[in-house]
Amino acid sequence: MPAFTPPALTISCFACLLALVMNDLLAARSQMAMSLAFHIVFAAIGIAMPLLMIIAEWQWLRTKDEVYLALAKRWAKGTAILFAVGAVSGTVLSFELGLLWPGFMRYAGAIIGMPFSLEGFAFFTEAIFLGIYLYGWNRVPPRAHLFAGAMVAASGVLSGIFVVIANAWMNTPTGFRVVAGRPVDIDPLAAMINPAAFAQTLHMTLAAYAATGFVVAGIHAFMLRRDANNRFHKSALAIALTVGGIAAVLQPLSGDLLAKMVSRNLPVKLAALEGQFATEKGAPLRIGGIPDESAGVTRYAVEIPYGLSILAYGDSNATVKGLNDFPSSDRPPVAIVHVSFQIMVACGVAMMVLAVWAAWQYWQGRRRQSNTWLESRWFLGALVLAAPLGFIAIETGWVVTEVGRQPWIIYGVMRTAEAVTPVPGLVVPFITFTLLYIFLAAITVWLLLRQVAASPQAFGPAGRR
Amino acid sequence: MPLETIIAAVMISALIIYALLGGADYGGGVWDLFAFGKRAPAQRALIAQAIGPVWEANHVWLILVLVILFTAFPPAFAAISTALHIPLTLLLIGIVLRGTTFTFRAHDAQRDDVQRRWSLLFSIASIITPVLLGVVLGSIASGTIKLENGVVVSGFLKSWLAPFPFAVGFFALSLFGLLAAVYLTIEASENELQEDFRLRALIAGIAVGILALTVFILAGTGAPTVRAGISRSWWALALHLVTAAFAIGAFYALWIRKYIVARICAVAQVTLILVGWALAQFPYLVEPDLTVYSAAAPRATLQLLIIALAAGVLVLFPSYYYLFRVFKGEKYITARSANGIDEYHK
Repeated sequence: MPAFTPPALTISCFACLLALVMNDLLAARSQMAMSLAFHIVFAAIGIAMPLLMIIAEWQWLRTKDEVYLALAKRWAKGTAILFAVGAVSGTVLSFELGLLWPGFMRYAGAIIGMPFSLEGFAFFTEAIFLGIYLYGWNRVPPRAHLFAGAMVAASGVLSGIFVVIANAWMNTPTGFRVVAGRPVDIDPLAAMINPAAFAQTLHMTLAAYAATGFVVAGIHAFMLRRDANNRFHKSALAIALTVGGIAAVLQPLSGDLLAKMVSRNLPVKLAALEGQFATEKGAPLRIGGIPDESAGVTRYAVEIPYGLSILAYGDSNATVKGLNDFPSSDRPPVAIVHVSFQIMVACGVAMMVLAVWAAWQYWQGRRRQSNTWLESRWFLGALVLAAPLGFIAIETGWVVTEVGRQPWIIYGVMRTAEAVTPVPGLVVPFITFTLLYIFLAAITVWLLLRQVAASPQAFGPAGRR
Repeated sequence: MPLETIIAAVMISALIIYALLGGADYGGGVWDLFAFGKRAPAQRALIAQAIGPVWEANHVWLILVLVILFTAFPPAFAAISTALHIPLTLLLIGIVLRGTTFTFRAHDAQRDDVQRRWSLLFSIASIITPVLLGVVLGSIASGTIKLENGVVVSGFLKSWLAPFPFAVGFFALSLFGLLAAVYLTIEASENELQEDFRLRALIAGIAVGILALTVFILAGTGAPTVRAGISRSWWALALHLVTAAFAIGAFYALWIRKYIVARICAVAQVTLILVGWALAQFPYLVEPDLTVYSAAAPRATLQLLIIALAAGVLVLFPSYYYLFRVFKGEKYITARSANGIDEYHK
């Protein structure tokens, strides 16, 4: 009887244990968090990867250099796998809005259904032109093929923007009035242009380009360290690093915009992500540190005097409201939000520094008219190490956004506990989807490794074309 | 026509298109499982070629149905996804496995054992998913989801764990199988392959007939309102006759090998079945507690949604037409062509 192999036994024990400690609300939140954390990786790649592909393809059309065609095709293969997983895990999320949060959808469907509907059409466009792009290499003329790729890239960005607009509304809900506990005077357009919408969508779009650019650059840097002078990887690295690097340099600006929006509209979230317990005039910026919620202090942080007041309000004497000023029932879990925020910022800063280093190296190389900047093992090693940083930043950034909004699902309007489904035993679907996604992640990584591992020899030093 | 009705009609149209296009992709998975004989690899290759470029786009119709439902009729979405949490969750697992295994199969090692394993998962998911979709639609049609003050009081099992929803589930499966086989007779370029799918389409046609009768009989107790609608309304007899005519037409056209005619008839048949259900259930979304009017979002939302749908369709239809012209416009060549999936597999 092969049914009870040790891993199966371990998993079932673990599942029983989870079932004991998890209530339905926690299980629902965990399932949503896990589904989002999984999908966001594929969504971000789906936004950025088509841009890399069409840059390569455009270079091919321009220079007729075969290396770019090979590159576009290789990237397209990876994108095909990732897009399929992204499409189905996105479907899971749109159903989960109702499966886990029917109270939320009953209340908010009429207000924020609009961006989801628009996203539906963007997704349509994306899927249609991706089909043409992936399968149509020899079925449509080269320019039409490039156009299909551009449509995928554009609609991918639009999809992401629409979904993030809906999330932004949960943070800064507008476009309705509450009368007797129900929303009235609903204005879906006003809901879409809520205060958080611009800063959040900009931040997420840049994040997608930065994270994808760096992970692709990291992979090709790794290959270059083993297979130096392979033009295939050099071209790949140059394109990925340009896209990722530009986004990484711009990202702190959009982050600042977003933080200022948070300080205006979501003071309790600002206090949580900065670990600010006491209300303080001229509050310091805390770097690192571990908030102790029972004691009401953030320990071990490096404090930059007046830093937070200046960054949040542009005034060194501005008062920053602390967590202690909010009833404990309205506060998010502070430690996880603060630590996640620190990790996100650290990753972002590291990527920006690396991008600036790369640009400096590139200009140095141009000045000396030598193109050896992609041969420095130190630089390539740094890129390999930086590969996962963007996605770590995306994941922790979403923890900041989502956990930082708790206990609200719609900030100030509806609590997460009010929105959850009455269906019992939610730990079961949580565990099921977790196992399913672990399986999918493992297969996806395995299939991508199989493709990446093969370095096209035609463009290596031996077969220089 | 009131806005609510227009949007409900758009939603049903999207569902019909999903059945006609996405449904056929599931049907392809069914025939992947039943590929046998010495042409089994050729059958599988044709199915993969037919589905490959289009399944993701076809899948989005379901998303469109979903977003229209929760934007325009939020209480109905909340009620349905609460009462049918379990079959919807299983449906999602099916959707995830179908899509991913299809893609994994295309990109994994071309060794026979590896391919067989993915094929098996893919085809099983392609069979289970339509059944669950039918179960969900059947439960909605059965009028067993009961609400009090907007809260589901009929439990999480009762409304779907019954003979009628499952009969609808298998009915949906047979229809999808029929559509896929009929489409594939046209997409096959070799005569023998065409004959293979003709035979499958004829078998599916018989299954559709038997299951349609089963569903109709079970509806007597399983879905009384819809049953009353499809048997007593003024339009009922005409609709039945026309649907039956198309069903027989599809079968006869297959018999005499007029595949284009068979496709038109099968498409009309499936369309009319869904139209009949929608008309019989109208104006209820979740009978008897929610109608398209009582569950509708405020006017501002509905107006904006109509504008969005109209604008979306303006982008969507030309793109869709282009997609199908590129991949379905001419016959696929089953021999190793330099195009499309063959090269893609390398």
